[in-house]
Parts: sequence; structure tokens; C-alpha cells
Amino acid sequence: MAAHIDQESVNTSPAAEDARSELLPNGAGAAAILAAGVGSLAIGVFAFAADVSPYLKNAFNFWSPSGPLSGVSFTAVLVWLLVWFWLSRRWAAREVNFARASAAAFAMLIAGLLLTFPPFMDLLQGK
Amino acid sequence: MQITFRDMITMLHGMGFGALFMLAFSGAVGVIYATAVVGPRWPSSRWDNKMFRFYLISMAALAWLTVLSGTYLVYPWYRAVPPAGTTDLSAYPQRLLLASPLTAEWHNFGMEWKEHIGWFAPIAMTMVAYVFIKYGPQLAFHRTMRNTVLGFIAAAFLATAVAGAFGALLNKYAPIRGGDAIVLLRGK
Repeated sequence: MAAHIDQESVNTSPAAEDARSELLPNGAGAAAILAAGVGSLAIGVFAFAADVSPYLKNAFNFWSPSGPLSGVSFTAVLVWLLVWFWLSRRWAAREVNFARASAAAFAMLIAGLLLTFPPFMDLLQGK
Repeated sequence: MQITFRDMITMLHGMGFGALFMLAFSGAVGVIYATAVVGPRWPSSRWDNKMFRFYLISMAALAWLTVLSGTYLVYPWYRAVPPAGTTDLSAYPQRLLLASPLTAEWHNFGMEWKEHIGWFAPIAMTMVAYVFIKYGPQLAFHRTMRNTVLGFIAAAFLATAVAGAFGALLNKYAPIRGGDAIVLLRGK
């Protein structure tokens, strides 16, 4: 399948023609970026969940000296890696709708960042 | 001139791994952005390409070292619980901050934010390094991908700046000290 080229960045030099002829599909990049978005959201969701629920706070306490942060960070990294692995297997050799993957990744990144911001956490909990 | 073991590890976490990681951001933006300006002729040689790959992998490694040393070495000292009846809280930074309403928000706001937001950086930078290794000069043709990567670099920078700034301020108001004293220089 021919790889998609963003028209605004088309370069017509001979070197560009050579590079374009061997262009990789965007699936692997989209998988990595979308997975990074999922990982970012996971940090926010797990941090918020541990803040809201005493049960989850205790459940995320994987290593007592670091408390719930150990479980929140470990689980988020695990989710990120699993999603990346799964998406890579599906998309590595394909062209995908990159704009949609990018928008989703940014939305999850922003949501994740907001969910780690203490005043926003408090706002969601009605504090 | 001496330093305690915990001081030394805290410095390594913040001023070693963390500060070095922050200093490297401008280079990462330059590496990715250059693919847009120069196009597929850049990097100009295989050696340059290898060096830029090494640069981004090193950044990702520094990000991981920063969060792992912070979470598993420094943070346990920060949140240590004093034995009942302890009146001198200087060895228990979290409890020292929470003991006064004038300093409690350094923990409730500063540390609560710092401990989570820092974790965005290694995830983002690992992705950035992977995408550059995978696509390299071809990022010149994948404009949306390149812009998304630059966006994640900016987010990683923001996350690191917040974590670093609060780390420095927290350590100013409730320093992490203790452990063996290491004599660096002895006066005459």
C-alpha cells in the first residue's frame, strides 16, 4: 500500500524523490503516538481514582515505601506498553487515518494532564 | 565539606538526571524540526543520524532514570512516617510540611502534582525516540506525525518543568537529609 504523504511538506529535490519512493506507512508511528496518549490518560485516571477511592488507593499500594504512586505509575506504564504492542501488531504495516489518531492522542494527553492537576481533581470531586 | 547520602541521591535525581534531561529539550526540538526545514537530505550522513538517535534515546533514558529514582529512592524518604511522639520532624519532610497551614499546600498541591505529572515525560520521550528511529528523515513527509511528536515533546517539557520546579521548592522548605555523611573536602 502506498504511504500517504502530507502535501504541504512535499519536497521536489532528487533526494526527496529517493526518500519518498521508500516511504514507510504511518501505522507504526500512529500506534506509538496513540499508545503514548493512552499511557498519559492512564496516569491521570489512575491518579484520580486513587485520590477518590480509599479502596483503590490501597489497591495501588504495590510497594509501601512509595505508596499508591508505585501502583499508579506501574499500572499506567503497563497499560501504555500493552496498548502500544497491540496497536503495533495491528497497524505496523498499514496506512491509518493519522489525523484522527493524533487528535485522539492529544485529547487523551490533555485529559491525563488535567486529571493530575490537584485543583481539577478537587473540582471533579466537588471539594 | 560534607553531604549526606540522601542529599546526594536527591541531587542526583533532580540536578543530575532531571536537569540534564531538561537541558536536552532544545536539542530534541532542533533534531525533529530540522527534518521539516531541511527535509530528507537531513541528517546529512549515517553518522549524524546515529548520533541523533543516540541523543533521543539518551533523553528517554534520562527521563526514566529521573522518575524511577524519584519514585523509588527519594519519595520513600520524603513520605517516611515518624515514630509516635517525634517532635523534631526535620527528617520527615512530608510531615514537616503538613504540620503547618503555611507550608501544607507545598505537599497538598506541589508534591501531589509533581509525583504524577513527572511520569508523562518518559512515556512521551520514549515515543519520540521510537518515532525518530523508525522514520528519521522521512518525518519530512509525515507532517502531521512530526507536529504531533513536537507537541508531545512540549508536553514532556511542561511536565518536567512542573516536576523540577516543585522538586526544587519542596527541597528548599523541607529538605531530604539523612543517612551516612560523605565528606567531600576536609578543611585545614
